[in-house]
Amino acid sequence: MLDPQIIFAGILNGLLAGGIYVLVAVGLTLIYGVLHIINFAHGSLLMLAMYAVFYLWRLLGVDPYVALPLVIAGAFVFGFVLYRLVIGRFNHGRDENILLITLGLSIVIDNAALLFFGGDTQTIDVPYAGSFVELGAAFLPLPKIISFAASLLLCAILGLYMAKSDTGKAIRAVAKERQGARLVGIDVDNIFAVSYGIGIACLGAAACLLMPTYYVTPSSGHAFVLVAFTIVVLGGMGSFVGAAVGGFIIGITEALGGLLLGEQLGQIGISLIFILILLLRPTGLFGSKA
Amino acid sequence: MKKHVGKPVSRRGFVAGTTALATLGFPAILRAQPAAVKVGLIHPVTGFVAYNGQQNRLGGTMAIEDVNKAGGIKSMGGAKIEALLGDSQSKVEVGVAEVEKMNEQGVAAYIGCFQSPVGIAASQAASKYNTPFLIDVGASDLIVSRGLKNVFRLKPGFGVCVDDGIASLGALNKAAGGVAKSAVIVHESGEFGTGTAKLLQGKLPSIGIEAKELIGHDNPTRNFDNIALRIRSLAPDVIMMSNYGNEYMLLARTLYQQKVNVAGFFSILGGGFNYKFVKEMPDVSQYMMDVNHWYNPRSPQAQELKKRVEATGALFTFEVYLTYTNVMLLADALERAASADKEKLTAALAASTFKAELMPYGPTKFVNGQNQGGKPGVMQALKGDIEVIAPEEFASAKAVFPKPKLN
Repeated sequence: MLDPQIIFAGILNGLLAGGIYVLVAVGLTLIYGVLHIINFAHGSLLMLAMYAVFYLWRLLGVDPYVALPLVIAGAFVFGFVLYRLVIGRFNHGRDENILLITLGLSIVIDNAALLFFGGDTQTIDVPYAGSFVELGAAFLPLPKIISFAASLLLCAILGLYMAKSDTGKAIRAVAKERQGARLVGIDVDNIFAVSYGIGIACLGAAACLLMPTYYVTPSSGHAFVLVAFTIVVLGGMGSFVGAAVGGFIIGITEALGGLLLGEQLGQIGISLIFILILLLRPTGLFGSKA
Repeated sequence: MKKHVGKPVSRRGFVAGTTALATLGFPAILRAQPAAVKVGLIHPVTGFVAYNGQQNRLGGTMAIEDVNKAGGIKSMGGAKIEALLGDSQSKVEVGVAEVEKMNEQGVAAYIGCFQSPVGIAASQAASKYNTPFLIDVGASDLIVSRGLKNVFRLKPGFGVCVDDGIASLGALNKAAGGVAKSAVIVHESGEFGTGTAKLLQGKLPSIGIEAKELIGHDNPTRNFDNIALRIRSLAPDVIMMSNYGNEYMLLARTLYQQKVNVAGFFSILGGGFNYKFVKEMPDVSQYMMDVNHWYNPRSPQAQELKKRVEATGALFTFEVYLTYTNVMLLADALERAASADKEKLTAALAASTFKAELMPYGPTKFVNGQNQGGKPGVMQALKGDIEVIAPEEFASAKAVFPKPKLN
């Protein structure tokens, strides 16, 4: 039997990991909620953002946390332009075409990254990487605490933006009823592009928060996408609050599963949640019925 | 000045002359160019171990270029080696498909595949056509224990690496007064990591160290925090690792960040233990030890190749010099067989006494496809550099064990 202190430390570690999962999942669920498609390029775009963070640090010496506003803005513009020039232009008004376009984009981006960046593993060694906060049996690395706090803050800001701003209200209107939104004068196509841009901006933020403790290779973004899909299903497709709650549940499940069942069997917990949710509550914890 | 006056060449005469030259002369020139020997290089240049595969390919193509520049295979009239480049995409089934594709292109031999499972399946596929298969990287001993006559491995497998590693760790621990009494083994869950971990578990007691637990992990693993916690709860004296590059680096960094204090980190075939890791993370890597393939630092050829590789901006990792050496082994066999005939080539490889100039190996002697002279080195990261600490004849520094505690 494990020491309760170790279990407590495991829960804390799970919460910290969940903070990052939340950001990746929020982007995914936002895109689903508005565009009604699963963005298959999510992992590839996360990887691109991670490379952006890495090169800002390598070439200009910009700390990943300092780079946060720049990368978020850059990722938003990139996502917006990508939607306007590629996804929005070639979908011919059919949602299923967007699935294929994002899948194709994913393949192109992965291979372009391999061509331009090489397959080598790139890491950022920040001076505070070894700093930690001791809390009982838990040694919480400072970069992970910063990432967790920043992730919560960004989610709160995004939540406020969606609730209070005109654009946020327009996004919610389009998500709820496209035709109605169009009738009241909302530029739906523009809202699609803005939503896609915000989803990718979330990935930009996640990339900044991940890089001090993780690495980037052309395939590293995909490691977070499967877990993000699970979170979106758990929280409810398109549900902003669901993605946040789901992220923490999955983080803690992964941590406790790993501690109690071993690292490999521990991943079963995530898959089990995925299956149970699909069987018992297909709309997810906070999802509304179609 | 005397003007040369002769009978002008008529158009008909010119055509007849050039036709005669074309039919008589050019075939003679063409006959003087022997057919190139096609060699399949199958590596994972995309997928989760893409970097390693690209390094393998770099070493292989450099070696082929060197052989061709030096006049090709002389006993075959200067035949050039032609590389057929295959990408296994880090997947077994794709590696096998590459074997089939290259067989149709008339390949004389294969070199690959970095990952043990891909090497096992691909060499099995090549055995249907009796085509020689040289395993440049691939640690599992299953590769050379299936009785396949076409499979050759110059480098040592994980059995030898574990034996040498256990002997080195035993000697270090004895010299340190037996400070290490327990170990935890963290390994990737594939054939290479699991096989190595099981061997270690069985052999650690022979040097007075108990393996407290074997912890497997997937590829890729996002987060090693749980494993670090588990290790801290087990409080071992030594952490032994056997995994691929990304997970090796991530695990090392997590253990450092989580302040896991042990007498030593000792990896067997640690995929991420290289110059990049120790230079970019000197604090994390400091005092870590690894039993792995290593070039002979006293070999002028190895030093020259290291310079050439580094001049291209690449790192001189074991994948580069192992694939390079395997191409040279194949070229030597082709030279002695004087033919690309598969049977003759297999026989030449089986009887090879090739001198692996770059490696700290003994004389080459293949028994059931495994070179008996293949030996690993034991290295330690010291002050942002990699030093060889064993075997003694190649050592460049004295080992630090136990390592100082983290603050």
